[in-house]
Amino acid sequence: MNWLTPQVVAAIVAMLQAVVILLAAVLLGAVMTVVERRLLGLWQDRYGPNRVGPFGTLQLVADMIKIFFKEDWIPPFADRTLFVLAPGIAMASLLLSFMIIPITPTWGVSDMNVGLLFFFAMAGINVYAVLFGGWASGNKYALIGAMRASAQTLSYEVFMGLALMGVVATTGSFNMRDIVDAQQGMWFIIPQFFGFCTFVIAGIAVTHRHPFDQPEAEQELADGYHVEYSSMKFGMFFIGEYVGMVLISALLVTLFFGGWHGPWLPPFVWFALKTGIFLVLFILLRASLPRPRYDRVMSFGWKICLPLTLINLLVTGAVILLAGPA
Amino acid sequence: MEIAFYLSGLVAVLATLGVITNANPVHALLYLIVSLIAVAMVFFSLGAPFAGALEIIVYAGAIMVLFVFVVMMLNLGEGVAAQERAWLKPRTWLGPAVLAAALLLVLIATLWRGDIGLVIQGETLTAKMVGITLFGPWLIVVELAAMLLLAALVTASHVGRMAPDKPATNRETGARGDA
Repeated sequence: MNWLTPQVVAAIVAMLQAVVILLAAVLLGAVMTVVERRLLGLWQDRYGPNRVGPFGTLQLVADMIKIFFKEDWIPPFADRTLFVLAPGIAMASLLLSFMIIPITPTWGVSDMNVGLLFFFAMAGINVYAVLFGGWASGNKYALIGAMRASAQTLSYEVFMGLALMGVVATTGSFNMRDIVDAQQGMWFIIPQFFGFCTFVIAGIAVTHRHPFDQPEAEQELADGYHVEYSSMKFGMFFIGEYVGMVLISALLVTLFFGGWHGPWLPPFVWFALKTGIFLVLFILLRASLPRPRYDRVMSFGWKICLPLTLINLLVTGAVILLAGPA
Repeated sequence: MEIAFYLSGLVAVLATLGVITNANPVHALLYLIVSLIAVAMVFFSLGAPFAGALEIIVYAGAIMVLFVFVVMMLNLGEGVAAQERAWLKPRTWLGPAVLAAALLLVLIATLWRGDIGLVIQGETLTAKMVGITLFGPWLIVVELAAMLLLAALVTASHVGRMAPDKPATNRETGARGDA
């Protein structure tokens, strides 16, 4: 047993942790599909899916069986390579972003010093999933959906980055663990309130969640970029959206709500509780807000959110310089 | 880290060859994205994660999206692919390829004579160090780049301006069009 050195053990433990986090992220994304339908039902004064199993708890299993056994159809006019590649990009880029999220002081996959930039890079690559998926489908509606999605995501990614620069400037690091540790005294939601507001808006827009789901607006585009997709390929787009939701919630908790910090309860419980609250908030937004018109979404992003983040960054910089020793 | 460097370098070269030889414009762009990500990996393996992350965010995440966007809007069909294939005859590329190969030989000869013993140190250049370098000795370059970008912004806003004599569409009034 002399090969079982402490380094090997540490490597194996780290790999197991990574696999557990990956599976938990996918599973949470899948569970959220059912939770969303139940909650939407309750808020709209109906039951939602409550037939499969006690209180509808087995609905997820039924959905999975259904989606696995559907015919996986690739249209003859589609570009096969990109058509197959797109759902993979959608899923992989979001799941890779979970690498940087510190869940508890001891749990987390990677501790990079460019942590936050890695998330921006993955969000940038995630655009291609929609873009290639929509183009490869060879369908007008899909193409229009993809065009909308890329324009919307590009516009909102610009100030998504700027919204977080206040947090980064205050901490003095891109490292997620440093950011969490800097919030021991006060959560960043208080000094960076406008950064938080704009990041929530940008996060919803980047995951194409309601009310920013122009790329797949049913009434106008019949389902947008994934109208030609079926079976598990559609499933990957579908689950990918929820994985994005979990990712943005976890990022919000890490960046603005002190991550695992909190009194009495163990760190993991705090992290899970805070993330859960944001997941429910995402669903509540979908339940309560109508979808704005596309050009208004764009002008709102460029004319209101972008200047707001710039002013926020300017003020943050001024405060840091005034309060700092130099 | 050296294996990572050579591997991502190889991927970058092969992907760039794919960009040139692929007749389908969208597939060629896909290769270009892979090539840019491979270059970012080269930066990572050299110990410059900040430059690597920016390479993905700016080039792969923003500029290439616009490229793909435009190519998709043009909706180039089978005719363009046929044209591309016609241009890829050896008679077209043989001359430039020979000349470029001569330059490559010069490059390899120069590299061979230099400090070949240098290896990747494994030191990591942090974002803070990059910032200090940029806003210290290279401040004038940063300012010039900022001015260039401002000029580009002004030009773009001038070109994209609505003609003043054109009647306002419902994009401005926003009164109708919801139906």
